[in-house]
Amino acid sequence: MNDVLLLSRLQFAANISFHILFPMISIALAWVLLFFKWRHNRTGDPRWMGAYRLWVKVFALTFALGVVSGITMSFQFGTNWPGFMETVGNIAGPLLAYEVLTAFFLEATFLGIMLFGFNRVSNRMHTVATLLVAIGTSLSAFWILALISWMHTPAGFEMRDGVAHAVDWWAVIFNPSFPYRFVHTLLASFLTVAFLLAGLSAFRISRGDETPAARSALRVGVIMASVFAPLQIAAGDLHGLNTLEHQPAKVAAMEALWESRAGAPLVLFALPDDERRENRFALEVPYGAALILRHDPDGELSGIDRFPDAAPPVAPVFWAFRIMVGTGLLMLAVAWAAAWQLRRRRSVSATTRRLLTWMTFSGWVGVLTGWYTTEIGRQPFLVQGVLRTADAVTTVPAGNVAVTLAGYLVLYAVLIIAYVSVVFHLARQASTADAKRGEPKAHGPAVLPSQLAGEHAHG
Amino acid sequence: MADLIPDLGAAAGWLPLVFMIVMGLAILAYVVLDGYDLGVGLLIALATDAEKDTMIASIGPFWDANETWLVLGVGILLVAFPYAHGMVLGALYLPVAVMLIGLTLRGVAFDFRVKAQAHHKVLWNRAFVAGSLLAALAQGYMLGRLVTGFDDDGWSRAFAALIAVCLASGYAMLGATWLVLKTDGGLQRRAIAWARRSVLLLALGVAAVSAATPLVSREIFEKWFGLQNLIVLWPIPVMTGVFFFIAYRALRRLPLRLDNDNNYGDWVPFATTIGIFGMAFHGLAYSLFPYIVLNRMTIWEAAAAPESLMFILVGTLLVLPVNVGYTIYAYRVFRGKTRELTYY
Ligand code: HDD
Ligand code: HEM
Ligand code: HEM
Repeated sequence: MNDVLLLSRLQFAANISFHILFPMISIALAWVLLFFKWRHNRTGDPRWMGAYRLWVKVFALTFALGVVSGITMSFQFGTNWPGFMETVGNIAGPLLAYEVLTAFFLEATFLGIMLFGFNRVSNRMHTVATLLVAIGTSLSAFWILALISWMHTPAGFEMRDGVAHAVDWWAVIFNPSFPYRFVHTLLASFLTVAFLLAGLSAFRISRGDETPAARSALRVGVIMASVFAPLQIAAGDLHGLNTLEHQPAKVAAMEALWESRAGAPLVLFALPDDERRENRFALEVPYGAALILRHDPDGELSGIDRFPDAAPPVAPVFWAFRIMVGTGLLMLAVAWAAAWQLRRRRSVSATTRRLLTWMTFSGWVGVLTGWYTTEIGRQPFLVQGVLRTADAVTTVPAGNVAVTLAGYLVLYAVLIIAYVSVVFHLARQASTADAKRGEPKAHGPAVLPSQLAGEHAHG
Repeated sequence: MADLIPDLGAAAGWLPLVFMIVMGLAILAYVVLDGYDLGVGLLIALATDAEKDTMIASIGPFWDANETWLVLGVGILLVAFPYAHGMVLGALYLPVAVMLIGLTLRGVAFDFRVKAQAHHKVLWNRAFVAGSLLAALAQGYMLGRLVTGFDDDGWSRAFAALIAVCLASGYAMLGATWLVLKTDGGLQRRAIAWARRSVLLLALGVAAVSAATPLVSREIFEKWFGLQNLIVLWPIPVMTGVFFFIAYRALRRLPLRLDNDNNYGDWVPFATTIGIFGMAFHGLAYSLFPYIVLNRMTIWEAAAAPESLMFILVGTLLVLPVNVGYTIYAYRVFRGKTRELTYY
């Protein structure tokens, strides 16, 4: 493999991995903020305003990181993958254009009003702005996932002189894997935010901050997590069946199945060896894979051997998939344990709180490994069956790609560290502020007199 | 030139032209809108701590939406002209990366500086200035490279460097005049002084670019100085001169009015600076047309298939007016002099 190809892949992977971290939080968090606001409008209970106060800051920070990394993404196609737009630009272009026109402008414009307009527009208008931001983030997920899904299961087009032309836009957008990927990714976002809410609130409570705002946020997080975790597992199962139908090579890699056979086992653990085309140290459940994927112990599954020259690397796909599923199962266990404790004693134990705190960013693990499964599993294609990754790569000198890659990596490392530490810092600060609520903070925003009165009464 | 333009009656003829106009307008909107907030970012370097907070508050509700115009501009390049997209961004590989890193630093510093631990604030302020400077210089450099058709000799690169400095001073002027419009008191006075300095810098820059262009590009020179062209084109330099004059005069007079608590005309410098940018842009568009990459690729050679362009055009016509509408609404919500930003 040549250097430019490898470096460009690394650069793309670095950029998209960094980018996806933030949308996964902002998509669901926008809806959660709307929920907090709606509860406050309905009940007048200041705890919801308290929760809003902390989480709107986290949201602003997350959104900023999502925007700037997304702008980098939109240049990546041209700088690193010119062959992509030249071959499938007629399909990808309009989908990206609709994302910019219908989603980006909406969310970016009303974000200003949502964040800073509280004292400038009516409460109703502020709620509407929050709603529009939430719709905008979900809409951008819709368009970009339509494109990504089309790259996995292309439909509704024909090739003329080596260039893809759309013949049926409906089929392009609602291509076979899109509904599954859309649902699974949105659920991933809600799970990510559920654990962020629960984790950060558990952290606050462990530090002695027993305010209603912290406890309500914990509750919301735990309830969200225990509802969405099982849904996510079910959605993932259906997604896998859909993949089996359309991208069997990917499933063979996910299951580390080298030879096609009936009654394939479920490999729980193994070190897949891409050179020797076999698994070492395999720990297997007999007939497991056949049962899950064919609902029949004697079901027939295709192995890597059926896809000469068109199969992905097995080891990374296999491992990424296992880590994702592991994260999902762990999330389910922790969420249900916490929910049960909340029901029984209206609070969670210190151990569970510590566990939740540790899992604050666990959603990111599931999201990244999920994407690695999906994307590496599509190799060696960029657009399944249509365009090979190697044929789309740029011709700029490898040195340029290497230098910019190094620059991005340093920047991203710094920003991730800064982000995580500032999120915890904001939580600590919120605790201190809630403790002496009423005194305006140095940089703190002016609090409406009516809210102040309300907080005193309840605080 | 006429032989480069196909039959405009056919969809494959007029659609690329329409998208070229939309792309041009998007880029102009970006340059003016993000230009003023990048300019404010540059001026932060000169301000006191209290002023920094107000200055950033003046761009807080807008910068994100401003940047979206860049996404739209590059989006149309990608969507409507996929064949040029790779060529342009490949040739500009390094400056694009510098710009992106700059924009990233600027965009995140914005939020981090008020949320991070207090002793980190100084660092994020610096990142804010550095990011704005990197982005402004990189954009100017790219513009210079575009005008010279990506020629690789030393002169062309020096020319691009000149444009980089010019664009940065143009942004500083936009930023300063924005502050004149959006702030009051001591900061407003300082902004007037900044604007007066950058107006001179910008005028020098425009003159230098006009003088240097014929040296680096014969085609552009001939396009402008052929006799019948001169007759049609004279309004561009004349209007530019008029805008400069009005801006300069307004900046001279404003302090006297402010002494009497009279804010009348505080919008004039900003509006005329936009006019200067508009004229410069208009001239640039004229220089490049009908090429998208000078002398290498026309907009028709670069365009996507008509049925794809048609599909986007419908959406653009339906949605873009709505976008412009709520952008105006957002500016109205935050009209008047800047107050401290609060989340709730
Ligand atoms: C599942 C959701 C999702 C996925 C897969 C992607 N994005 Fe994204 N993107 C979002 C969800 C999102 C978002 C939630 O809508 C963001 C995050 C914060 C924001 O402002 O919007 C966003 C922001 C965002 C922006 C800034 C928008 C603005 O100025 O407001 C750009 C240019 C992109 N993205 C481009 C991309 C590209 C080129 C992607 C893939 C290659 C991509 N995104 C994947
Ligand atoms: C435990 C149950 C889970 C199962 C069975 C499952 C199943 C799958 C499958 C089969 C894919 C690959 C789809 C393809 O072929 O392209 C996938 C992708 C993905 N998974 Fe999961 N998943 C589970 C849990 C999770 C969790 C907990 C998260 C995150 C919090 C997550 C996030 C993702 C993401 C972001 C993708 C890539 C996007 C997509 O293709 O949908 N998954 N998942
Ligand atoms: C948020 C969504 C996405 C994530 C998290 C993601 C993640 C990844 C990862 C991890 C790789 C590296 C695979 C490898 O090195 O083998 C990759 C490759 C790639 N993906 Fe995606 N991807 C996403 C969306 C997209 C989209 C929208 C495109 C659109 C064009 C795309 C195109 C590519 C390309 C060009 C590569 C490089 C070639 C390669 O596969 O190695 N991806 N992506």
